[in-house]
Amino acid sequence: MKIIVLAKHAPDPQSEVGVAGDGKSLSLGTAVFDINDWDRYAVEEAIRIKEKMGGEVVVVGVGKSEDTLRKCLAMGADRAIKIPFDAGLDAYQTAEVICEAIKNEKFDMIFAGLMSQDYNNSQVGVILAAMLNLPFATAVTSLEIGNGVVKVKREIEGGYQEAVQLPMPCLLTIQSGINEPRYVSVMGIKKAKTKELKEVSITPKMSTVEVAKMYLPPVKKAELITGDPSQIATKIIAILKDRGLIG
Amino acid sequence: MKVFAVAEHRFGELNPLSIELLNLANKLGESNAVVIGKDVGKFADELAKYADKVWKIEDASLENYNPELYIDVLLQLFQKEKPDVVLIGNTAQGAEYAPYLAVKLNAPIVTDVVGVNTANGLVASRFVMQGKIMVDLKIKSMPCVLTVRQGAFKEGVQKNGKIVDAGIKPSVAAKRKFIEYVQPEAGEVDITKANIIVAVGRGIEDAANISLAEELAKALGGVVAGSRPVIDNGWLPKDRQVGISGKVVKPKLYLALGISGAFQHVMGMKDSELIIAINKDPEAPIFGVAHYGVVANLFDIVPELLDKLKGK
Ligand SMILES: Cc1cc2nc3c(=O)[nH]c(=O)nc-3n(C[C@H](O)[C@H](O)[C@H](O)COP(=O)(O)OP(=O)(O)OC[C@H]3O[C@@H](n4cnc5c(N)ncnc54)[C@H](O)[C@@H]3O)c2cc1C
Repeated sequence: MKIIVLAKHAPDPQSEVGVAGDGKSLSLGTAVFDINDWDRYAVEEAIRIKEKMGGEVVVVGVGKSEDTLRKCLAMGADRAIKIPFDAGLDAYQTAEVICEAIKNEKFDMIFAGLMSQDYNNSQVGVILAAMLNLPFATAVTSLEIGNGVVKVKREIEGGYQEAVQLPMPCLLTIQSGINEPRYVSVMGIKKAKTKELKEVSITPKMSTVEVAKMYLPPVKKAELITGDPSQIATKIIAILKDRGLIG
Repeated sequence: MKVFAVAEHRFGELNPLSIELLNLANKLGESNAVVIGKDVGKFADELAKYADKVWKIEDASLENYNPELYIDVLLQLFQKEKPDVVLIGNTAQGAEYAPYLAVKLNAPIVTDVVGVNTANGLVASRFVMQGKIMVDLKIKSMPCVLTVRQGAFKEGVQKNGKIVDAGIKPSVAAKRKFIEYVQPEAGEVDITKANIIVAVGRGIEDAANISLAEELAKALGGVVAGSRPVIDNGWLPKDRQVGISGKVVKPKLYLALGISGAFQHVMGMKDSELIIAINKDPEAPIFGVAHYGVVANLFDIVPELLDKLKGK
């Protein structure tokens, strides 16, 4: 089973992020970067399948992705392809360069994270499926492989799942919670150093969207309760008493 | 502008977001609804109240949503009708097939759109960084595909459009097969019935800290629920998840501890009667839906609350 996994090196939205001086890009000065959360599950799923069935796991990263690719190799991926191009918010461009980089790989499946934690586009995987004319399913929460087909459950609204079956090759986007991603071991890190990390330079031809403006959203702000912890607790309890929520 | 909005339905019910798509379509120009399925008459009637025209695409093979068949029939319709803008709900269904359809239409796509401006070309607004930052994206060519967030276009005009049979049948056999819908498992606690919910997010940091929330919930006479990462990490059972892929709750009190307020979570709790959020990040989007906010470390506040509730 040969599986290609897309892995993005992405800033944690929890860290301090803002808008850069140009008003068109993110300011990520102190932001913590790591493997995109959804991709972590995708890599883990691919490695588990390889451990069970044999085969190969190839990770592909677009943009500044070296640390994340090394992490994937340390988790157990076999080799990595890095495409040093930053497409920003244009998912078409990201998909185009990936498509070009993997076109000679004979894969059974491609896994992508359901979305990226920074741009939240949920597009790259499906656009790539369209470029490669592959059957696909998104938001996969479990999968079972048998006889050239893969049975998946995909998440829909309200706690429901939809069970579908796809022939291989196919592309799946992976939803969080599908597994419990492993920690990277010291052994894994050592091994990763000897694994192939190939860099290929590709520039996309197309350009579909352009950032006109980036800004902080206008939000209706909550009434803030301030003071030291004890004062804050007293104020919260007063609000709850006032509303008859506690005696 | 010629706008096509693709309606969505499941379990025999029209997704109300379909009407919101038409609200946006009417704002942009000529509004066309498309409804796909086995027997869609009643959905078409409902859609016609808000559209200039409703296109029915009916076939037995379209009984259950299948992205390959949806894309195939939509492409057939759009090749003839040449829309400028295609609107699709940003749902588990719409977000799945929209990017694929866009590629086949040679169209730019913007997902999870919350605003559209046509003063200077077509510009779509969306959030990035899980709601912390907003971006306006200029779309470089038409046609384009937009997937639209629920709740963003609630107001609109009434119409009395005509309904036509598009006369389109699937022209391909889908490789992907629908098997069945799987119902959520019922758990011990039904959080949708609770008056008081203490909800924890990734800020709770560890499984061991859940007991702190349990203690607080007990003192308040409520139950503990969580955001998705808490459930993904196995710190709480699946049926305690609040949000679009979990449960929608409307308690008298929703106390959000260490939850950032991502849209997918907010959709499950925004209608709570009283929302108090404790988060150490003053920019956390949860403060946009909370009535009261505390910018602090939850581990400083919760023990104080517990002490006071226990009358110490
Ligand atoms: C298709 C889809 C469906 C989804 N469905 C759901 C769903 O149903 N429900 C859901 O919740 N999510 C859902 N999500 C995930 C959602 O996008 C967010 O990832 C998730 O809600 C984030 O959870 P969080 O707020 O707990 O974590 P984070 O976003 O990581 O936020 C943690 C917050 O805790 C704060 N914090 C950290 N430490 C402390 C401390 N000591 N004291 C106080 N504050 C602290 C931080 O400032 C931060 O704001 C879905 C996503 C997708 C793509």
